[in-house]
Amino acid sequence: MTTLKIKNVKKVYPNGADAVKGVSVDVEDGELVVFVGPSGCGKSTLLRMVAGLESVTEGEIELAGRIVNELEPADRNIAMVFQNYALYPHMSVRKNLAYGLKNRKTPQAEIDTRVSEAAELLQIAEFLDRKPSQLSGGQRQRVAMGRAIVRHPAIFLFDEPLSNLDAKLRNQMRLEIKKLQRRLKTAAIYVTHDQVEAMTLADRIVVLNAGQIEQIGTPAEIYSNPATTFVASFIGAPPMNMLEATTTGESLEIDGQSIPYSVKHSGRVQMGLRPERIKIVNGEAGFGFDVTVLEDLGATRLVHGHIGGQEITLAQDADLPAPSGHIKIGFQPDDVLLFDEATGQRILT
Amino acid sequence: MGIIAVFFLWPAAEAIRSSFFLEDPFFGNATFVGLDNYRVALTGSDYQRTAWFTAVFTVIVSLMSLALGLMLAVSADRVLRGKSTYKTLLMWVYAIAPPVAGLIGVMLFDQHIGPLVEFVALFGWEMRVGVNYWDTGIAMIIVSTWKQVPYCFIFFLSGLQSIPTSVKEAARVDCRSETRRFWTITFPLLAPTTFFLLILNITYAMFETFGTIDLIVKDQPGNSPVTLVYKVYRDGFRGNDLGGSSAQSVILMLIVLALTIAQFRLIERRVHYN
Repeated sequence: MTTLKIKNVKKVYPNGADAVKGVSVDVEDGELVVFVGPSGCGKSTLLRMVAGLESVTEGEIELAGRIVNELEPADRNIAMVFQNYALYPHMSVRKNLAYGLKNRKTPQAEIDTRVSEAAELLQIAEFLDRKPSQLSGGQRQRVAMGRAIVRHPAIFLFDEPLSNLDAKLRNQMRLEIKKLQRRLKTAAIYVTHDQVEAMTLADRIVVLNAGQIEQIGTPAEIYSNPATTFVASFIGAPPMNMLEATTTGESLEIDGQSIPYSVKHSGRVQMGLRPERIKIVNGEAGFGFDVTVLEDLGATRLVHGHIGGQEITLAQDADLPAPSGHIKIGFQPDDVLLFDEATGQRILT
Repeated sequence: MGIIAVFFLWPAAEAIRSSFFLEDPFFGNATFVGLDNYRVALTGSDYQRTAWFTAVFTVIVSLMSLALGLMLAVSADRVLRGKSTYKTLLMWVYAIAPPVAGLIGVMLFDQHIGPLVEFVALFGWEMRVGVNYWDTGIAMIIVSTWKQVPYCFIFFLSGLQSIPTSVKEAARVDCRSETRRFWTITFPLLAPTTFFLLILNITYAMFETFGTIDLIVKDQPGNSPVTLVYKVYRDGFRGNDLGGSSAQSVILMLIVLALTIAQFRLIERRVHYN
């Protein structure tokens, strides 16, 4: 079953800016879908339209079989976790959790059960009588999640929930969110600009750019089969190398150097190549490469340099000897992705 | 420190000293009378009547300006377009010098041309400001409140705007009823502002409305209601009873002191959010 259907939704602000230009996505039951994209791509606007905090200019949002376009946020059966927690500062943790249920006239006994269940699950039972100001960032984040959980919503909406936390806590909470969502088996939308969060959390990723969907797919699909140059360079760290190349049908030429490459396309193209797919080779075969900078990241080493006039980065095992000067690099033709030079669309070989 | 000594400590000490004397209004001969001035002040029916009016006046002016300021701030906060115009217009009154504002207020209640007097006459209420005790009192309350509303408005508006948008949005997800959201989320979050304004309004109503009252009674209070501060002035400078007036002002000083202590005590106890 499909929990949420977003059908050709558009958002135009009164000042004429169109933040979302016709987006259609489905979220299946129990699925965690991540909306990822650079700031201003419309991902938060889209989430807020699902929540009911922004009006929908055009299109339909169907949640659990019911069109919710005109419903108040409180009537939509959603729960939202905000970036800066958005806890009620004057209420104790317990009251924060219970507030939404109380307003729905849930019986007190039921409220107590749900609150203690959520508190147990999130390990915040000992803080129930404290005020949010007495909690650390990570604890507040748990409370914010608890407030969403007690509602037993049809869908969870996460709006960059981890961006206020420090790096270590963020990794830990990311894992906890994933475990929690798997355990509750509730559908969720998670908005982030962090592609690592997107890759690790998502069942499916929706990559957004300038108010439009660039690609929808599983993390593996998005990573290995990006549909556009935007997706290719946005997903993955370090980002995919983008080189200007020319194909003739039988070969691929970069700055006067060429390798045999069979493709039903000839002319200038954008060539994408993951840094970890490039190897340093000995002997004559391969492209001449000038090393400029080395970056040691512990387990891996990034080697920056250029082929002719084009910047390129490769990743290698840090145990290997550090390269320098003029060396040769090589890669498998299978690892090369070609994109149309003008539109940025993938050319399938 | 020198300034405080010259302009506050010395006059205060002088007031306390003279409150124990019966001063001759013409030659400055003073007779020590102990606490007689206080006794006369506190037991006099005129003083009690004034104190009673001051209490009623203070409570009504403080609460009404709070309520109106809050109402206006809430609606201003909701306006999306022309917000700054709306704000400026509401704050105008505050920018007007007190005597001018008082004068405008007085004109509203003028016996011959006052639009408010004409308006209430439609309901059969013949308002006689300056003649009828309570009519005058009501005029004072309205003008004083009107003067204080913008002040409350500014503070409430900034208080409202300092509530994080995401908290308001979280409340929208949690609670359908806007009224309920206001009383359970917005109003409690405004509590520090409300409390601060309440103390300020009490001080305003008790002490700073002097100018307004003076304009309404046109320097000739007669039977009209006045506040304790005005009575100090009237008895001291119109009645030439410097000793009695000093005693009254010492009593007022004590009230201010009590208010200030209460204010600091409560401010310390006040919950600090964030």
